Amino acid sequence: MRIKENNLLRKNIQRKILQVAAFGFTNSHVGNIATGKIYKGYWKNFCSPGLNCYSCPAAGLSCPIGAMQAVENTPRFGVSFYVLGFILAIGVIFGRAICGYVCPFGLIQEIFHKIPSPKKHLPKPFTYIKYLLLIVFVVLLPALLNDSYGIGSPAFCKYICPAGTLEGGLPILFTHPELRKKLGGIFSIKAAILILTIVGCIICCRFFCKVMCPLGAIYGLLNKISFCRIHVEKERCVSCGACHAICPMDVNPVSQPESAECIRCGKCAAVCPEHVISVGFTGNSSPN
Amino acid sequence: MEKKINCFRIVILAFAICLIIAGITRGEVSSVFVKAINICLECIGLG
Repeated sequence: MRIKENNLLRKNIQRKILQVAAFGFTNSHVGNIATGKIYKGYWKNFCSPGLNCYSCPAAGLSCPIGAMQAVENTPRFGVSFYVLGFILAIGVIFGRAICGYVCPFGLIQEIFHKIPSPKKHLPKPFTYIKYLLLIVFVVLLPALLNDSYGIGSPAFCKYICPAGTLEGGLPILFTHPELRKKLGGIFSIKAAILILTIVGCIICCRFFCKVMCPLGAIYGLLNKISFCRIHVEKERCVSCGACHAICPMDVNPVSQPESAECIRCGKCAAVCPEHVISVGFTGNSSPN
Repeated sequence: MEKKINCFRIVILAFAICLIIAGITRGEVSSVFVKAINICLECIGLG
């Protein structure tokens, strides 16, 4: 029992260090938060692998979902090969390990989940909502809803994204009084979604990842073929259920090691009493 | 089976790299950059 707890603690600490480092790298311009200025340097040419609003004053990289819609909105392009290729490449290598180790909004959600409250599991059908949001708000609406100049708008960012409201909206509105005068109905919708997301994250671990994240939806689909995966030696499994019970994404890694919900956090491997579960890259995974 | 999946992964990765190169070649990066260096009114809720 003590060894199992130590394994879990070690795994959690390793993952937290990576998450904090990735958060710091993605949001390296912390000084800008006080002034509300946006970083305008070279690195904004590149997308971050995780969800992080590029309107956050601290952001040093672009948001892949925002960037995808921005290019879609440009009449000259239509579809963003650059961003799509980037997400596909990252997804096929890491799958949803990006959500578990690198995504800044994933870390924020885990911090919210530390707030003491009754904790609940989410019914499985809710996890399909993110695919609907991906198709409607990231693919269809930005491509189809154009103004008279043929320019569309980033529908997911505009109507839904709570990461944008939290990381971009609040710091910018706090430091730009002139923008506060323009607040209206859309901000009310986004603020309501942000409050719902925060409450959801407090009660249910990674509520946004499970229900709303379009980037997680794409990475989830690529989980089935990604180089980074979960390996289970099924013949040695004693079916104790410890892995399923500890999983923050409500996945049973023994029956669904390639689940689209699995963020490869490795908690299942850390608590497995028989050491039959391992997380790693194909041909290079070692049991804990 | 594992060999087939490995081939599939490599094909997808190669395809993704081709997409990135195609995107860079047709100048998409500047669209991303311009959007990212200005306050995105949609993102912050001013639409």
